Amino acid sequence: MSVAMPGKDRSTPTVGPPVAVPYRPTHARLGWRAGVVAAAGVVALAAAPFFLAPYATTTLTRMLVFALLAASLDLLVGIAGLPSLGHAAYFGVGAYAAGWVAAHGTPAAPVPLLIAAAAGALMAAAAGWVAVRSSGVFFLMLTLALAEVIQQLAESWEPVTGGSNGMYGIPAVTAAGEALTNVAYLHWYVLLWFLVGLLVLWSLSASPFGATLRGIRDNEPRMRAIGFPPFRYKLAAFVAAGAVAGLAGGLLAAQQRLVTPADLGFTTSALALLAVVIGGSGTIWGPCLGAALVILVRDSLAPSLGGRGPLVLGLVFIVVVYALPRGIAGLRRSRRERQPLSKAGERDE
Amino acid sequence: MVDWLDIGVIAVLNGLAIGLLLFVVAVGLSLVFGMMDVLNLAHGALFLTGAYVAWSVAGERPTWTGWLVALAVAAVSGALAGGGLSLLTGPLARRSHLAQALLTLGVALVVAQLLSAAFGDDVRGVNPPPGLTGTVAVAGNAYPTYRLALIGLGAGLALATYLVIERTSIGALVRATVADREMVAAVGVDARLIRVGVFAVGSALATTAGVLGSPIYNARPGLDSTILILALVVVVIGGLGSVRGALVAALLIGQIESTGRALLSDLASFLLFGALAIVLALRPRGLFASTIGGRP
Amino acid sequence: MSDVLRCVGVRRAFGALHAVDGVDLAVAQGARHALIGPNGAGKSTLLRLIAGGMRFTGGRIWFDGRDVTGTPEARRAQLGIGQTFQHSSLFRTLTAADNVALAVQRRRGRSWLPVPHRPAWAARVDEMLTLVGIEDRAHHLVETLSYAECRQLEVAVALAAEPRVLLLDEPAAGMSAASTAHLLDLLRGLPADITLIFVEHDLDLVFGLATDVTVLHLGRVLMSGTPADVQASAEVQRAYLGTGRRGDLFGTERTTGGEHVASST
Repeated sequence: MSVAMPGKDRSTPTVGPPVAVPYRPTHARLGWRAGVVAAAGVVALAAAPFFLAPYATTTLTRMLVFALLAASLDLLVGIAGLPSLGHAAYFGVGAYAAGWVAAHGTPAAPVPLLIAAAAGALMAAAAGWVAVRSSGVFFLMLTLALAEVIQQLAESWEPVTGGSNGMYGIPAVTAAGEALTNVAYLHWYVLLWFLVGLLVLWSLSASPFGATLRGIRDNEPRMRAIGFPPFRYKLAAFVAAGAVAGLAGGLLAAQQRLVTPADLGFTTSALALLAVVIGGSGTIWGPCLGAALVILVRDSLAPSLGGRGPLVLGLVFIVVVYALPRGIAGLRRSRRERQPLSKAGERDE
Repeated sequence: MVDWLDIGVIAVLNGLAIGLLLFVVAVGLSLVFGMMDVLNLAHGALFLTGAYVAWSVAGERPTWTGWLVALAVAAVSGALAGGGLSLLTGPLARRSHLAQALLTLGVALVVAQLLSAAFGDDVRGVNPPPGLTGTVAVAGNAYPTYRLALIGLGAGLALATYLVIERTSIGALVRATVADREMVAAVGVDARLIRVGVFAVGSALATTAGVLGSPIYNARPGLDSTILILALVVVVIGGLGSVRGALVAALLIGQIESTGRALLSDLASFLLFGALAIVLALRPRGLFASTIGGRP
Repeated sequence: MSDVLRCVGVRRAFGALHAVDGVDLAVAQGARHALIGPNGAGKSTLLRLIAGGMRFTGGRIWFDGRDVTGTPEARRAQLGIGQTFQHSSLFRTLTAADNVALAVQRRRGRSWLPVPHRPAWAARVDEMLTLVGIEDRAHHLVETLSYAECRQLEVAVALAAEPRVLLLDEPAAGMSAASTAHLLDLLRGLPADITLIFVEHDLDLVFGLATDVTVLHLGRVLMSGTPADVQASAEVQRAYLGTGRRGDLFGTERTTGGEHVASST
């Protein structure tokens, strides 16, 4: 269909005024500044074992695992607009799957991890098929109920999951035949797959698929009116998020070598949601920061807080919901959004 | 055969007791959401607070006075908490329902932590008031008297709630606000008063239920999540904002919880979720959702 | 010229209220078909029924000879039924260009692609924005656009989806005279292969654009015909005003001094 310019002569095909820079989707842009910061971050994370004591490195590794979980949740919450309170279920399923494979199959990397991601995806597909039919608070409740059921399953299926005691004594991951028990090697292993997972999430977010999700998030009826059937896209997002969460679970199993039903539970899901809200939903990297903060408070600062880490987190959460609706990432965003993008798509800063 | 019948009767009675208790918990949650679109995720924490109040006031050797004081304290503190929650979530109403729900989640976490700090992590048992501690012969078995009393009380509360909602002008106001909030505001009723009122009453019911349920559930960490999820399932199945729906759903869930667990033990959770999934598949807004008012 | 859209006996009831009560409508290919009528006539409801956002309680609808009565909204949109909404329905956290891009992507792009890429159809986005006249606001968030700009964007998004039939629900609602004139130019300039069905209260716009007019009243078709026929119809005037004065309604005749304009009777 050719579109004519308004006016009397309808038969002339149009060429508008020449466009300086062709359209590029807003969220697909990656400024060089962001790239530099990201690269610096990766270098710092990789170099950490040389500068930190083993316990601190382990904490950092745990932060990476949780950050990947939070980032995967952000795909659902921030980008697709599906607030899930049961995301830890797919994390836990991945963890159990990886542990089981390492014990009964092979601990050779990356087999347990890939199985973990697949397990997370499958469980998410089954749960999502039911949950995604609803939206908003109904969706929240459904995901919560689903996660509860999955946790029940973990607690009762003793022969496989070890019941309420959990799955312990998971064999260490092996790379090229050698077991990765060294803190530094384990850290790099987790970092590598963390980056892989993050790259997948970023790619989805910046892609046409991500644009579709944002459209559905902002105005589902309009998307239908344009011709998008929302259910399949939302389900796909749910499965993708479940897969990455499963991957994170596999990393948990590799690092902790212990999986308990609590890892699937409401508290873990709530903490992940906390991380997303504190860090700033919709950005993928914001929730990573939020996750780091959550782990820091829960694990490192807990002793000095008298074991009342979750209390502090709850208070931080309340404050953030009030004062920082866009989270930490929002601090940067609100400053930038006051200036519109130039034609070239770069902000005039 | 006779044994099976006995067990059946016991299970059904248990189901009634749990169901009616759940109704008292869930009706507040349902109305708050139906009227103000606020999903109060702190509702389970309120129940837990009530349970701990029962333990600390009435304790393991309670008297009737102790019990009545516990009920009064729970009701008042519940009402205050509800009022506080409504004030906290008020400013967020313009932003989004998710923001309000998240706020209540934060409050729930804080409250649970505070309770854990104050009362420790052990299970705190509560005994029924004197006179209700024994058992009664039901169908040839000994059945706890307290649970029978609970059934009676729960039924009474359910009837009272029904009468208030259906037969009084306040109840009419509540129903009207569920159906079409803007219209009620346009008619000149102060929405804020209604908001605080419903929140306060709903929360008071939750804490009171916590006291009443403490001999059955005991006060322990984690109870808040358990009750919250049960209440959410009841509210979703029953339909948001519907008192009738909350009653029907609560009785149903109560039966599934007791009979289901008796028959299938751990698989009862699947029954629970299966019921939820089936109901939502057939009636996406719950059994008795109000369709007027245009709320999605 | 065959009809691109045909409705027979369409009904929509809300309990006891019959919003649309047995409407027959035939829209010719390439027509600019106006739906007018007093408030509560069922015009917007009919539009929603055609678009698929609401289910029929009775009747059938054919699009391009194909029965789409049971077809869901998204599928109808894919087949070529586009719509704009009475209250601007846009993607508020995205830029104007991103809004249009979603519609273009649906037609020309691959919405399942999981990797970022520079779209080949990029020029189309700018084309659409220029067409409606908001190309200078392309990279501004919808939240920062004015009301009129939102309405313009609404049309851009709908056009970008390349519809065969475009349903417009009060496109000029709330617009100033200047914006309405601009909108009229825009709609007049659309190619002949698009069919327009529009609901409007602004009768200047209606009679400036329409090739066919259907008048609805209380959920039923009062009359259907050319604009001239409708303007001359006493029945239509009665439905709107309860009087038979042509000038009161259509204002095309100037009233001379002394003649009452206000309705009596």
